[in-house]
Amino acid sequence: MRRIPYVVLAIYALVGGLGPLFIDYNPVRASLEDRLRGPGSQVSTGIAWLGTDGLGRDVLAQVVYGARTSVVIGLATVVVSCVIGVAIGTVAGYFRGWLDTVLARGIDILLAFPAILLTIVIAGAFERSVLVVVTALSATAWISFARVTRGIALSTRERAWVQAARVLGVPRISILVRHILPFTAGPVVALATLEFALVVLAEAGLSFLGIGLPNSAVSWGQTIANGKQYLATAWWISALPGIALSLLIVNIGILGDQLTARYGQRGRRS
Amino acid sequence: MFRVIVKRLLTGVLVMWGAASLIFLIVRVAPGDPVTILLGTDASAEQIAELTASLGLDRPLLSQYLTYLTDVARLDFGRSYLLGQPAMPEVLERVPATAELMLTSTAIAVVVGLALGLLAGSRPGSIVDRIVSACTIALQSFPTFWVGIMLILAFALAFRMLPSAGAGTPAHLVLPSVTLALPFTAIVARLTRTSVAETMGEPYIQTARSKGLTERQVLAGHALRNSLIPVVTVVGLHMGGLMGGAVIVENVFAWPGLGSLIVDAVSNRDYAVVQAATFLIAGIVMLFNLVTDLVYSQLDPRIRLDGAV
Repeated sequence: MRRIPYVVLAIYALVGGLGPLFIDYNPVRASLEDRLRGPGSQVSTGIAWLGTDGLGRDVLAQVVYGARTSVVIGLATVVVSCVIGVAIGTVAGYFRGWLDTVLARGIDILLAFPAILLTIVIAGAFERSVLVVVTALSATAWISFARVTRGIALSTRERAWVQAARVLGVPRISILVRHILPFTAGPVVALATLEFALVVLAEAGLSFLGIGLPNSAVSWGQTIANGKQYLATAWWISALPGIALSLLIVNIGILGDQLTARYGQRGRRS
Repeated sequence: MFRVIVKRLLTGVLVMWGAASLIFLIVRVAPGDPVTILLGTDASAEQIAELTASLGLDRPLLSQYLTYLTDVARLDFGRSYLLGQPAMPEVLERVPATAELMLTSTAIAVVVGLALGLLAGSRPGSIVDRIVSACTIALQSFPTFWVGIMLILAFALAFRMLPSAGAGTPAHLVLPSVTLALPFTAIVARLTRTSVAETMGEPYIQTARSKGLTERQVLAGHALRNSLIPVVTVVGLHMGGLMGGAVIVENVFAWPGLGSLIVDAVSNRDYAVVQAATFLIAGIVMLFNLVTDLVYSQLDPRIRLDGAV
């Protein structure tokens, strides 16, 4: 039972990574005679197992390419916000002082906005691109990493071996990297899993609202939004990518809970 | 108590100043200049110069920032170029619809969440507990906008029981508020479950049972009451998250609240409205956090705000 999330995530990684090699899809190619065909129907390019959308584009291909988009954006955002958050958190927790105060107030200010709202405003202000989406998502995602690692640094700095290193005259940077940073690894991995789920959801939400990725990119959020106007006649356009998205998030959530139970520390924002 | 409130309010003012500055920064860094947006691309050089001067955009950045801050202090965010009206009144007009949605959702989430949590927490490890736990994980993970669309598909299109979009009658409120409430219900249920399960092991529960109280009385009188405290906190602290959810849900159901206003304004680069709305929301979230802290300390005499919280 505990292995299920790993298996499901491996399938997503495989489909997202290798699927685009096998399935050809061009988001701007429309085929009018294949419009709104149900799952399993015969279309000009073969069998559309998950049906086609309002422009005759294959929904299965959109699900596969969307998996790649979600995983790439999720990973990029988690890596960026993890590096920034861990760096700021450990430095603030270890050195304390004005740096720590500035960090605490800065986080207070960012938390005054609902995370998705800040993301919408940042993403909407700039030209639609992958870089802008990753930046907008990272703008709030780093906070949890900073909070968790700050707490760990605060408690670890008082431990005997850190004090011993300080007395021996080990440079502060080395103390931080060799004696503090390793202790953040477990909780950071657990947190990264949960953040990945939140980021993938937020990206889909942005694209659903039409302020996320450019139209040339394939995103589950966009496909779901496109299908909304055909709900009465072609339910599969919105329903199926949503199932793919939900299944992914559920499994990451379970994995994240397992990891959190093992490593403790929760810094998840509401 | 009074000193605590004053201190929190002062911190709040500091946070709001930071929030206003952050909004200023984002809007200034963003490409696309407001004059071209207001006049369109075929304006004459004279018109552009005139509007630039009248908006103060030719002055140094610091002086623009100071003017901006004094305007913010008077809640003046300029005119919405789309609506032609001052931005703040337009934003305030949308508040009741969003408040209606959020209040209904909170009520649903608290009532259903408490019931589910009590059901699961009173018999930890039972089949009911497992089912409730599985449901809460699912509800928390499903993307709200997709759940909303699926509800439209089922209840508006297939069964034709409820309207799919718009506002006005109580029937219009059902689908959006349920959609918004679902993940929140899961959070309340999980929290109540943990808290009730913990409380059931306490000695005073055993005492209550040995006094001969029925299981129902024990649950309602002793276990539930103690579990209410964390629920109050999570409801208060979750207003920000609920607000964020409302932004998306309002767009799914064309609900005429703050959320659909913001997304429209962001898409059309109507920065006056974007600034007014984000500032207002930051203020509301901050007030909710303050009130939650105060209510929390009143509910549980073990908590004192003067110390570290």
